[in-house]
Amino acid sequence: MSDGRPARRASISGAVGEDHTVQPEEVQPVQLLTPEGKLAENEVYSPFIAELSAEKLRELYRYMAMERRLDAEATSLQRQGQLALWAPALGQEAAQVGTIAAIKSSDMVFPTYREHAMALYRGISPEELLTMFRATRHTGWDPREHNFHVYTLVLASQTLHAAGWAMGIKQDRRTDSVPRDRAEDEIVVACIGDGATSQGDAHESMVFAASYELPLLYFIQNNHWAISVPTRTQSRGPLVNRAKGYGFEGVRVDGNDVLASYAVASKLSGDIRAGSGPKLIESVTYRMGAHTTADDPTKYRSSEEEELWKGRDPIARYRSWLSSAGHADEGFFAEVDAEYKDLAADMRKSVLALEPIDLDRVFDTVYSEPHRQVETEKAWLKDYEAGFAEEQTEAGTAG
Amino acid sequence: MSAIKEMVMAKAITAALRDELAADQKTLLIGEDIGALGGVFRVTEGLQAEFGPHRVIDSPLAESGIVGTSIGMAMRGYRPVAEIQFDGFVFPAFNQITTQLAKMHNRTDGRVKVPVTIRLPYGGHIGSIEHHSESPEALFAHTAGLRILAPSNPQDAYWMTRQAIVSDDPVIILEPKRRYWLKGKVDLDNPAPDAFRAQVLREGTDATIATYGPLVPVALAAAEAARAESRSIEVVDIRSISPLDDETIARSAAKTQRLIVAHEAPTFGGIGGEIAARVAERAHHRLLAPVLRVGGFHMPYPPSAQEHRYLPDIDRMLEAVDRSFSYQRSA
Repeated sequence: MSDGRPARRASISGAVGEDHTVQPEEVQPVQLLTPEGKLAENEVYSPFIAELSAEKLRELYRYMAMERRLDAEATSLQRQGQLALWAPALGQEAAQVGTIAAIKSSDMVFPTYREHAMALYRGISPEELLTMFRATRHTGWDPREHNFHVYTLVLASQTLHAAGWAMGIKQDRRTDSVPRDRAEDEIVVACIGDGATSQGDAHESMVFAASYELPLLYFIQNNHWAISVPTRTQSRGPLVNRAKGYGFEGVRVDGNDVLASYAVASKLSGDIRAGSGPKLIESVTYRMGAHTTADDPTKYRSSEEEELWKGRDPIARYRSWLSSAGHADEGFFAEVDAEYKDLAADMRKSVLALEPIDLDRVFDTVYSEPHRQVETEKAWLKDYEAGFAEEQTEAGTAG
Repeated sequence: MSAIKEMVMAKAITAALRDELAADQKTLLIGEDIGALGGVFRVTEGLQAEFGPHRVIDSPLAESGIVGTSIGMAMRGYRPVAEIQFDGFVFPAFNQITTQLAKMHNRTDGRVKVPVTIRLPYGGHIGSIEHHSESPEALFAHTAGLRILAPSNPQDAYWMTRQAIVSDDPVIILEPKRRYWLKGKVDLDNPAPDAFRAQVLREGTDATIATYGPLVPVALAAAEAARAESRSIEVVDIRSISPLDDETIARSAAKTQRLIVAHEAPTFGGIGGEIAARVAERAHHRLLAPVLRVGGFHMPYPPSAQEHRYLPDIDRMLEAVDRSFSYQRSA
């Protein structure tokens, strides 16, 4: 370590008792709600909260609670062998709900694979969401129907698709040909994690976005861990500072504060809508669970660190404020709990009932127009399998 | 006005791009230096002046970005035609092409179409430095979801480019850069045969040479040279690598009973091996000799001072024809 480079072995053994989530150069994130559940005043951001109705405030809570319930159920389904994999969003509910609630439902979102709260907010059902994790299909929803692209697992690839979509928006406006099913004032949100900011595509996307002044909001959820590697291996400075290098504004926000997340995303999306060009949010949050159900966080991070962040739980913080500010009473929380108990049971039933895609359908969607090799192989498989069916029939007759 | 024009392949592609830009507002070009400069091979010359910088887009110097944003534009309803400057520089975009572009339609259960065309100047014999002469077609042919075309003459280049752009699937067009200045007639009114089928360019009876792109003129010349030795060689222009028209190739092989497949790409793991296997399956009993391959060696493309020894030429093709005739019919 004498040359200042992190030695892999040393950094793992050094994990215990060390808080990896403190970065060397701190930029204070925007925070409106303190971990104790007190609302702070902020000249720029508070007005965005002031205009929220009590109903809207409760809705934010609803989606956060829904995600957490879904997450617990999905984790247990995976443990029981009913899902191939699950990537929990536990702890990131405020970052996601605050951000998606601040943009318009007509804005296109390009998620990674952990934006479950955002997906739910866009009306994607739990079983649609879990389809790819049950591996019955690669995706469970129609991106156009929800203005929410399918999950992308090859990290940061979707940030370029988001930039391309935004180039399309600009060209539509230039040529006065915004499609009838798209909004005139559409902007795009590109989601990305702290680890994926190291990918070349993230860089290229930001270069394109800056060059063409695209209506694009980068939403980095810095959950502090890229599987087992801490954020400081991805970046020695706060990720928010990357925006400056590309020539646009970035804002660091407390991602465990749903109100700050909402306010910052409202402000920046409004600016983008008004023609500012791209903006970036670094949402500082914490992956309270494992990377996926195949991961074991005890190997690389300390229980002290996990405890520290448990104290910053986004849902507990928000619930405490909703109560104390008189926006929700115990009756409301009891109702939400009951509702999601039902949701979990329904979800379990519908997930177990998911039918696998027919392999014929996989053949049929490799191309949108006929392809000789695909057709030949599809026909071969049909004949081959029909042979087994005949054998079985013959065996049955003989028996 | 006669619609048959004599033009070089590069300009036939320019004409195809111009005609598609004019036909559909949603068609866009994107790539490095394709605007004011007209591309390093001048294939897009004049198009930015004609259609504006927002339809003929000079991109940042980032190939993954070019393909990745093309995917996003295609999702939005555009038909982007992306130019990659040289074969050897397609690899920074390899992830976007293989994991995203190729799979998008399939992984979205057919809901999202990505009609992106990638123009890829490819192949050697231009005396250039490294990374400027490669033939990466097998890497892309192995990826389901992509269509791959390789025109060998101006007429095909014009019509294949147009067919690629209007196709709802992603298409890579391998433009044989050593043939950019090859002249030929282009019939602007009457389309060339279906881009995704092979074509018999020269009829023969004794052996078939099947090839595509830059080696088609070499195969035709080899066939002409063989005539002097009283051998009648059939030449099949494969034209489409994915889908592969194995039917047309196998029919020719069954007829002449001898097949040689040639390409500039290395033979090891190449398209020639795939064709050999398919023809063996379809026409084994008709063949008098194993299918023989003529191609590059299992080495990185050599310094161009040695490319004449690396690239298949007339003699290498004729040697393979001789070798094919050296096999005796077994009892």
